[in-house]
Amino acid sequence: MTATEPPPAPGPAGGGGAFGRRLLRKEDARLLTGEARFVDDLQVPGALWMGMVRSPFAHARIRGVEAEGALAMPGVRAVVTGDDLAGAWAAAMPCAWPVTEDMRAPDHWPVARHRACHVGDIVAVVVAGTRQQAADAVDALEVDYEPLPAVVDIEDAATDRVVVHEDLGTNTSYTWTLSPDPGAVDHAFATAAHTVAERYVQQRLVPVAMEPRGVVAVPGVHGGDLTVYSATQIPHILKLMIATTCGVPEHKLRVVAPAVGGGFGAKLDVYAEELIAVALARRLGAPTRWTEERSESAVATVQGRGQVQRIELAADADGRVTAVRVRLTADMGAYLQLLTPGIPVLGAFLYHGAYDVPAYHLECTGVFTNRTPTDAYRGAGRPEATYAIERAMDALARSVGVDAAEIRRRNYIPPDRFPYPSVTGLTYDSGSYEATLDRALDLAGYEGLRAEQRRRREAGDRRHLGIGIGTYVEMCGLAPSRVLASLRFAAGGWEVASVSVLPTGTVQVVSGTTPHGQGHETSWSQIVADRLGVDPADVEVLHSDTATSPLGMDTYGSRSLPVGGVAVAMAADEVVAKARAVAAHQMEAAVDDVELMGGELRVRGTPSRSMTLQEVAFEAFSAHDLPEGTTPNLAAQVTYDPPNFVFPFGTHVAVVEVDEDTGRVDLVDYVAVDDCGPRVNPMIVEGQIHGGIVQGVAQALWEEAVYDADGNLRTPSLVDYCVPTAAEVPSFRLGHTVTPSPTNPLGVKGVGEAGTIGSAPTVVNAVVDALAPLGVTDVAMPAHPARVWAAIQEARRR
Amino acid sequence: MIPAPFDYRRAASVDEAVALLAEHGDDAKLLAGGHSLLPLMKLRLAQPAVLVDLGGIGELSSVTQDGGTVRIGAMTRHHDVATSGLVREQVPLLAEVAGQIGDPQVRHRGTIGGSLAHGDPASDLPAVLLALRGTVVARGPSGERTIAADELFRGFLETALEPDEVLTEVRVPAVPGVGWAFEKFTRRAQDWAIVAAAAVLGDGDVGPGVALVNMGSAPVRAGGVEEALRSGLGAGEAAARAGEGTEPPDDLNASPEYRLHLAGVLVRRALEAAGA
Repeated sequence: MTATEPPPAPGPAGGGGAFGRRLLRKEDARLLTGEARFVDDLQVPGALWMGMVRSPFAHARIRGVEAEGALAMPGVRAVVTGDDLAGAWAAAMPCAWPVTEDMRAPDHWPVARHRACHVGDIVAVVVAGTRQQAADAVDALEVDYEPLPAVVDIEDAATDRVVVHEDLGTNTSYTWTLSPDPGAVDHAFATAAHTVAERYVQQRLVPVAMEPRGVVAVPGVHGGDLTVYSATQIPHILKLMIATTCGVPEHKLRVVAPAVGGGFGAKLDVYAEELIAVALARRLGAPTRWTEERSESAVATVQGRGQVQRIELAADADGRVTAVRVRLTADMGAYLQLLTPGIPVLGAFLYHGAYDVPAYHLECTGVFTNRTPTDAYRGAGRPEATYAIERAMDALARSVGVDAAEIRRRNYIPPDRFPYPSVTGLTYDSGSYEATLDRALDLAGYEGLRAEQRRRREAGDRRHLGIGIGTYVEMCGLAPSRVLASLRFAAGGWEVASVSVLPTGTVQVVSGTTPHGQGHETSWSQIVADRLGVDPADVEVLHSDTATSPLGMDTYGSRSLPVGGVAVAMAADEVVAKARAVAAHQMEAAVDDVELMGGELRVRGTPSRSMTLQEVAFEAFSAHDLPEGTTPNLAAQVTYDPPNFVFPFGTHVAVVEVDEDTGRVDLVDYVAVDDCGPRVNPMIVEGQIHGGIVQGVAQALWEEAVYDADGNLRTPSLVDYCVPTAAEVPSFRLGHTVTPSPTNPLGVKGVGEAGTIGSAPTVVNAVVDALAPLGVTDVAMPAHPARVWAAIQEARRR
Repeated sequence: MIPAPFDYRRAASVDEAVALLAEHGDDAKLLAGGHSLLPLMKLRLAQPAVLVDLGGIGELSSVTQDGGTVRIGAMTRHHDVATSGLVREQVPLLAEVAGQIGDPQVRHRGTIGGSLAHGDPASDLPAVLLALRGTVVARGPSGERTIAADELFRGFLETALEPDEVLTEVRVPAVPGVGWAFEKFTRRAQDWAIVAAAAVLGDGDVGPGVALVNMGSAPVRAGGVEEALRSGLGAGEAAARAGEGTEPPDDLNASPEYRLHLAGVLVRRALEAAGA
């Protein structure tokens, strides 16, 4: 089903109508007024500040740490090295995604022992009474390094000219292959009328959450308990990992993610500083804390992307793609963090995008370099895949000699083929791709833009107009646990929610998701209010604290709504069923005759007989007269393991002007038509899309973690690392279609990463389109002015 | 992001600031807005033992006209320069450039004197001072002296100011009705210029004046362009000499070759916009 406006999606209880409304976010008043408490805001009496001593070398032997001078400084309590802490760990830093059986993984300890492997690697920790004292002591500490040869470039690393981890003997961590029918791919290329072969570089990106990381560990001296506050997306997973790496009994641990200012995947990790805080809090018997600095974050927090992509398409004479062949070299960085090896694999199924392609071959090699580890960053593998196929489709359009829109129309999976079994083994749940293209071209005024482009070209205008198109489909809603098992992912993909109608009639929801900007408190309230027929203001959502929400798999991979939100809805439905049973008993009616309408339980056909939900809740609470076999309290908990991923999609159109004289690219218009199924709160969805688009545009035009040949990050501050601001982007124009997912009862799909996945290829396609008359066919990301100007000069020389 | 320990002294007068500088010598730095100094201190690239804050000296914030000269107190904030009716009318180039510095927060804290005294070749105001052939006034233990723009900028973050001198005033000629333009090329709106060009037309004492941002280790006058204009050449031919005497830096944003190209494009555009 496809419609241009969202249908109302009432719950089975008759609907409070809260689903689909643009409610202002419950979270914002306390975030905007400063009432919300982030980790660094927490007042912890007696806490000791940790300062991390980080390697200034990309690769160096640690000969010794001279601690005496620092120990004599005011307030300094301890200086510890990797050797000092060797006994603190029950296990090394965890990697939960060994993508192949023979994957090579280096030893990775929270504090490096003997060898530092990237700039920023922790080699010692200073503990002092204040943050200032810790910073001064870090500055004063003397570490004796013997610099070693470093390898920085991904393809250079793949040659093993310099090896990062000598004991592994190679920089190759793994080679992962997806090749269902190699013969079919060879045949398609041998018989193709058109082929394209492209090489793209996914530059490394620094995830710049507004709030850097931070951690506080508070030991209970007598009970052996331990509370950890962390700026994390994953308190539940972190709790398990602290238990296993630090040897803290899991039942004694509480992990809290207080207000968290963005994560974008970079806070989906288990970090050295968290484990060090726990180890030192236990050793010193005092709370320990650390707040990351911005420039520290650039080398200490995982980075995103980092791939060299080679993609080839085979197509028939009409431009219908018959095979896709991909070779990826993916930069792991110096170590494997929680999900590092799996990030390219998460995108590996999607290199044929929204297109009906019969033959597929993909090989991905993960290599170590002397750089900060990579890991999840908004989209995690899927933006890379979408970029490659969408850029390659434009190359194919040029080869065939048809418009970028037309090449896509000829290849889209048609709406009647869903659920669509993809060549890579996925089942795309639902989709109507051409409808998003039609709507996006309509909103953008595509014909008029092409006419203006022709006019400028004929007039010799040196401000070139470029129009870029990108269609994406992504798999999100991580994930069916059985599928995760087949991908060798260590954990499951379920989610937990409980819904309780309290005796006074207000509602408490406990969710295992961990919002850090997504607005779950608002959206989950809307889902529950809709199903129970109550006011969303009467619903409170608790989350992100393992003491109140002991079970959960947290927030990442656009999973919260299609897994966690669905669990919330299911728990609400169980509450409704129980309310009907209790009310039927009270009103002496058959359960089947009792319905929940407008917050009241009524006997069908007898308007005079009704109970409010509050009255039913109180009856369930007092439990004086419940039906046989019914337990007290109007509450339910549901664990939901999704049967499939969900597959949101959309088409974006970017309009750029490129100044031939300076190489400057101005993004002058941007249209996004996205389909994430029914929208719980359209305003929140649009917010996600706006932010997502900017993050993808940032990769296309602005951001790059630049390293020199010695492995020094040349962009450690926001002066050099160009995060775009509102001044750099136009007002986005959004449209949407609604194609419900058959995967879950709400029909919903995730939307947290869609904007980012769609926008980078769309913008670069626009830049290349603008420069087509000058003979430019590729501009590497980010397409900053110097690079665009150089591409123009190079095309002129050819 | 945490500076090394330092002492903080708030001067109540220019004389007190001069005395504090004399007392602490090279260990002291003047705080005149802090938008260049404090980031360097937070990165511990600068570790002055004493900060002497000029923020409390009211006499240093003023804009007045004295015949053909506009006098601006060194502690006048960029925002106040940009929005001063007097500056907008008499020296519109200066008002325009002050209004493009950084972002609103920077413009409400940063000062004209602080920016000029820092001598950053990537800052915009030095080029404006050069193009306008302005002067600055400095006061030290032995009294006051004026320094012409061409004498002020010596090298990278290096000026003719002595360590015990306080820059107190900026003097630029009133040039109402004279053609001018500023072409600034940045990646993001709030960034330092990759290259920028300031141009004032006119003749005699004032013009033509053309100067470049970020085209050498010090703020630099485009002498070749000025000479071409004085000899009657048009914008395009004059702009072809934009690179003369420059030593463009090589950084993440631009190669020297690209900067030379940009300088030519920006000077041409500035001259055309100014009406040359």
